[in-house]
Amino acid sequence: MNAIDKSFGSVTALSAAHLEIMPAEVMALVGQNGAGKSTMIKILNGAFRLDRGSIQFDGKPWAAGSPQQAQRAGVSTIFQEINLIAYRTVAENIYLGRELKRFAGLLDWEKMNQGARALLARFSIELDVTKPLGDFSTAIQQMVAIARAVSFDAKLVIMDEPTSSLDEAEVAVLLNTVRQLKSEGVAVVFVSHKLDELYAVCDRVTVMRDGRTVAVSKMADMSKLQLVAAMLGRDLADVRASGATAFGEGEKAIGEELLIAKSVAVGRRVSDASFDVRKGEIVGLAGLLGSGRTETARAIFAADPKSKGEVRFDGKATNFKSPADAIAAGLGYCSEDRKVQGIIPDMSVADNLTLALLPTLTKMGMIDEAQQRKIVLRFIKDVGIKCSGPGQKIRELSGGNQQKVLLARWLCMDPKLLILDEPTRGIDVGAKGEIQSLIQQFADKGLGVLMISSELEEIVEGADRVFVLRDGQVVAELEHSEISEQAVMRAMAHGASKDTEFIEVQHG
Amino acid sequence: MKNFRITPSLAVILVLVILVAIAALRYDGFLGVYNVQSVLRYNSMFALVALGMCFVIMTGGIDLSVGSVAAMCSVVSALLSSYGLFHGLAGGIAAGILAGLINGVLITKLNILPFIATLATMLAASGTGLLLAGNQSVSVSYDTYFTNLGQGDLLSFMRPEWVDADEVGFLGSILGFILSFPTPAWIAILAYIIGGVVINHTSFGRHVLAVGGGTEASRLMGLPVNRTIFFVYVISGALAGLAGVILASQFGAGQPIEGIGWELFAIASVVVGGTLLSGGKGSVAGTLAGALLLGVIFTILNFENGMGWISLSAYWQSVIRGLFLLVVVILQSRLTSKDPADSLKAST
Repeated sequence: MNAIDKSFGSVTALSAAHLEIMPAEVMALVGQNGAGKSTMIKILNGAFRLDRGSIQFDGKPWAAGSPQQAQRAGVSTIFQEINLIAYRTVAENIYLGRELKRFAGLLDWEKMNQGARALLARFSIELDVTKPLGDFSTAIQQMVAIARAVSFDAKLVIMDEPTSSLDEAEVAVLLNTVRQLKSEGVAVVFVSHKLDELYAVCDRVTVMRDGRTVAVSKMADMSKLQLVAAMLGRDLADVRASGATAFGEGEKAIGEELLIAKSVAVGRRVSDASFDVRKGEIVGLAGLLGSGRTETARAIFAADPKSKGEVRFDGKATNFKSPADAIAAGLGYCSEDRKVQGIIPDMSVADNLTLALLPTLTKMGMIDEAQQRKIVLRFIKDVGIKCSGPGQKIRELSGGNQQKVLLARWLCMDPKLLILDEPTRGIDVGAKGEIQSLIQQFADKGLGVLMISSELEEIVEGADRVFVLRDGQVVAELEHSEISEQAVMRAMAHGASKDTEFIEVQHG
Repeated sequence: MKNFRITPSLAVILVLVILVAIAALRYDGFLGVYNVQSVLRYNSMFALVALGMCFVIMTGGIDLSVGSVAAMCSVVSALLSSYGLFHGLAGGIAAGILAGLINGVLITKLNILPFIATLATMLAASGTGLLLAGNQSVSVSYDTYFTNLGQGDLLSFMRPEWVDADEVGFLGSILGFILSFPTPAWIAILAYIIGGVVINHTSFGRHVLAVGGGTEASRLMGLPVNRTIFFVYVISGALAGLAGVILASQFGAGQPIEGIGWELFAIASVVVGGTLLSGGKGSVAGTLAGALLLGVIFTILNFENGMGWISLSAYWQSVIRGLFLLVVVILQSRLTSKDPADSLKAST
């Protein structure tokens, strides 16, 4: 793929992006959210059309009009979510859309079952192909999806985060499958955020950022730290940029312990997260995508059940059953998915701001609307929400102003701890600064803040302390003076100590 | 800036007004006291059921059981009517609440989809009604005030000596006119006023819309999501019960086989009234207008038949009503100005 451009409306998704894959090569494709990986894949497999650029496949110009066409021509894609039908049998799933038939168009079950068995045997998988796919583990289902993809005589298989819902043993099986493909001469594009996997199975790596290809290298020639730096767009020599965010500088009085999380585990995404937040402190939770940041935050807030671990809040052991319990204790949580988990789009700014507060504003069964209006107007002013009035529908506001309403929703409840998941994602620069200084301002007044952010400078400049998550574990705690982009990146890449690099690369 | 927008619920109110105006010009006696009263008397039952449905749909749910619950409740209240007005009324409503409680438990505790849960209670309520009635309609007691509820007006509840016709002055005759409105219409009007207040001015009402507009967002801000959903089904059941009581009282018998298709009338009223089937956005006033619109179309077709130019069978009337509904819904989506945010879409 050469010099690929792609825009959606006014948003440029790709500009002059490259991707080159050799036969029988496993190519890692990495990048942050919004770097353009998915767009690149979707252009390659025919789901999107490119605006400019050229693609050659097997020596010929490539112009797949749809994923089906791409599949027939030898490019198969396997997505993160398994796009198969759980209620139908393994064999049916493999032959879906190209069923083998006997006379009079009847299905030839015997032949399909045999074919399915033979196909899976190539990957050393033996199972009852007449059982529903849903009876098997996610890893097996993933493998069946791969087998199906390969059975189209694929020359190139694209895997988009195939391991994100697999456990360790299952990942090992999948990586073996990838190696098997490679040995059969099939090329693989492997998208994953888990560095260890990349080093374990990939030959080369293409790094994308902001719609461009920023680095192509042999996997072994690029250290993990270099890889992380390339993804995040940091020069290794580049010492921290000054004043790129609106967070204040300097030490301040930090109060007593507010939240202590000990060895929190959530499903298979988070295995061991320990950290603490003190009053008036902004604590950053850093980590690459898929490291378990959001899952950890949701477990603390009881939005999802935690499978292990202890949480102490405000000096007491807690066992919140639902977000309502957590809120009653003084927590607040701003989700990263503002549209689905934050705003109620068809309700007004006033309603969105006070929904959680309403029961306390109710007098004799009726909402005290004068009081409600007073609170809303005060926060519109304090937080700087730009809207035509309290009655305007929230969906008519810009992302930044929506986020301010959501912040105000919690601030008006006077919480002790606020968990902010990507508080400035998708927000224009001006509003971003305003939100950052708002967070700082409330922390100075004693609010504890746990902030998740993918933006290094936000973490580095905003946080008083930083905990770094890596593959579901907290691997480093950085205190004020130790916090630098380099230190955070190093922890994201290697964990606590830098000495591990050599061993891990060897291991891969 | 408050620019004027035609909302879907405003549109249906406009259509209703226009339709009534045309009908008033075309047919003698359309706005006559008798016709107005009988239209209101009969359609108040549908209006009550639609109000409950409106709450349910605002949370993003659906209640298919309202028709057969109303039928069952009409039997229950007919059976109790010999004990007096209050017993019949309370019994019918209580039976409706019971059905609503069952729906609420199935949906919030056992996590059964509203469509399936209320489909099950629909069948169960229908069977229960037939069992209680012994497979026939059950005559109500005429010895009590019970029938006044459905057939009478407020005057019928008063003692004759209170309304000495010789002494009433001008104000008294206005009062008399108002009081001569059919009782079921009063009940429906009162229910809609309360419904409007609840939706707009209580935390429960705001939570109903919030839950429908974003269940996960509501849960994350600690709103009592399950409790809110539970109560809308109880409200829907209670109003279906009330409609059942009026049914029994109006027709003088508990009707185990009436109420078939009421849920569809109710859903149509709600949707035509501008409430989103997916929840989160809706209007109580629009629902009332929607219910009245359906009733008015029916009446107009009857008047048209009465003119003698054409003769439409009940089947054709049904077809025409269906077509008219479609036209209204299509007009609504064409005429109502889109919210500006719809065209922006992006998350700027």
